[in-house]
Amino acid sequence: MLSRRRPDVTVVGAGPIGLAVAWRCAIRGMQVTLYDPAPGSGAAYVAAGMLAPVTEAHFGERTLTALLVAAAARWPDFAAELADQTGRELGYRTEGTLFVALTSDDLAEAERLWTYQRDLGLPVTPLRPAELRAREPLLAPRLRGGALAPDDHQVDPRRLVAALRAAVEAAGVRMVTQPVAALAELPATGRVVVAAGCGTAALTGVPVRPVKGQILRLRAPGGAAPGFRHVIRGYADGRSVYLVPRTDGEVVVGATVEERGDLDVTAGAVLELLRAASDVLPELDEYALVEARAGLRPGTPDNAPLVGPLPGRPDVLVATGHYRNGIVLTPLTADLVADLLATGVADPLLAPLAPDRFDMTGSTCDPVGAGGGAEPESSRAGRKPWS
Amino acid sequence: MTTVERPPATAADEFVLGGETFRSRLILGTGGVSSPYLLEQAIRASGTELVTVALRRVDSTATMGGGLLDVLTRCGVRLLPNTAGCRTAAEAVTTARLAREAFGTSWVKLEVIGDDRTLLPDAVELVAAAERLVADGFTVLPYTTVDPVLARRLADLGCAAVMPAGAPIGSGLGITDPHQLRLLRQSVDVPVILDAGIGTASDATLAMELGCDAVLLASAVTRAADPVRMATAMRHAVEAGRLAAGAGRIPRRFHALASTPDEGRPEL
Repeated sequence: MLSRRRPDVTVVGAGPIGLAVAWRCAIRGMQVTLYDPAPGSGAAYVAAGMLAPVTEAHFGERTLTALLVAAAARWPDFAAELADQTGRELGYRTEGTLFVALTSDDLAEAERLWTYQRDLGLPVTPLRPAELRAREPLLAPRLRGGALAPDDHQVDPRRLVAALRAAVEAAGVRMVTQPVAALAELPATGRVVVAAGCGTAALTGVPVRPVKGQILRLRAPGGAAPGFRHVIRGYADGRSVYLVPRTDGEVVVGATVEERGDLDVTAGAVLELLRAASDVLPELDEYALVEARAGLRPGTPDNAPLVGPLPGRPDVLVATGHYRNGIVLTPLTADLVADLLATGVADPLLAPLAPDRFDMTGSTCDPVGAGGGAEPESSRAGRKPWS
Repeated sequence: MTTVERPPATAADEFVLGGETFRSRLILGTGGVSSPYLLEQAIRASGTELVTVALRRVDSTATMGGGLLDVLTRCGVRLLPNTAGCRTAAEAVTTARLAREAFGTSWVKLEVIGDDRTLLPDAVELVAAAERLVADGFTVLPYTTVDPVLARRLADLGCAAVMPAGAPIGSGLGITDPHQLRLLRQSVDVPVILDAGIGTASDATLAMELGCDAVLLASAVTRAADPVRMATAMRHAVEAGRLAAGAGRIPRRFHALASTPDEGRPEL
């Protein structure tokens, strides 16, 4: 009898967001069906898995940064619970991130960003080259400086997806490996959560666009672990690069950011990524190049995700547009959506993520006004001001 | 004494480029912008009517109003494709033709880069590409060095304007050789658009005071901590420089000259 009163939830898309939403709904007692023809094959398959609220904090994105900080804070418990329930290893590592600058121009750019990040109260500690190399002796001696962001961690997205798949299966979620071409194809009962990444645009009309990223995977020689423990990211002669070491020997080198929707791997991108990687950590020249792929990040107009009811369709929620931050946001988005479905009450964190916050209709689409202040997002109607 | 041709001081001081008339003399680039939302706000704050986009950086995938091209359409600005990233005349010509197909415009900002560290143009390849594109019916706006002779050659072969670099792309160093820029200005009859090097508002004002017809900038706005505020500053800076250039500045003097003469003062 009880099960009849339970909401019936259909989730479209089995990337980390869709999987985690399904899992969190299922453990709240809901009956969940999850649709995806190829679970975990989207952006998460190529993603590096940096959990980086601090080193991803950019000018003009205070609202998003506050959200990433809140999301990162949920990771330790989320990772522990998922690992405990599935017995699987997630590659969750907490050694922290080193942000490095190769040239004096790079250092000037980096210092400008650290100053902003520290003004926000985020933990960033500048380090001299000798201090950097005391932490990671393989860093290039010619680095001009860097900083430690101890709270920026990492997880292996492929292991995360595998664990989430095991978790949803154990929680009784019904998995349907079929594509969904239109929402009308879905059962007419219950509520729908569309977490289909870039595909959400075609299903719902929300403004999500593909932002292509090319990314490489190297492997340390002889099956050994990489010779460094921190996530290393920074600027090398004007190029942005990150290096993410896994205990199994893999090193992820990323990534381009391109306003394109194709999946071609280009010679120029591989060249630029490897040049920057080798400039920062010369030993990488000896590693095997085992994978070069492109993925499509679901980008939104303001780089923050779209989570909440679809305009005009209160029975449909969207949870997409996580752009560069899908992995770190996975626990938070999943809980916000599951709580909303379970209680009908929207967490205040959802207010700035409303899918209808952009006016895409015509020439008067400037909600803040020309010449707006330093933080246009926070002053927008319906947004919660962050401290 | 050199005579300065004063631009008109009326409100109808329009900028004619390639046969089209613009009210704004500020051209924006999109490179380096962190989000389409900020780009849209910056474009609106700048008052620009012409925005340059690298063909190689965008494609026309359907994006439900969220992409860069949607932003430009919604803002009602004219699109100026550029050949950023090209290093040979052959590449640049092919890229310009692809841009004409993709964007339906025969305007092109012609960039042929000759050196990776300075991103300075390759003059020989630039002239070759400009010649072929002009013959092919393009409205060619070449990014060039502050070389009056090269500028004249580009104008002579039919370019609609010349676009000298104030300083290397993305350097924010401003105008490193103002005198040379004046020489260039006087050597050609086509519009001169200062392109590259602008770091802050005073750089854009100086370009206009030196006689440039317009200023093109990207990084100074897109990479500013507050792009919308800097875009507003640039709009005012370009307008201020244009007005000052036409207002007839006073000569520089070695000694002071009181603005209020002593004669005729009442003795108290």
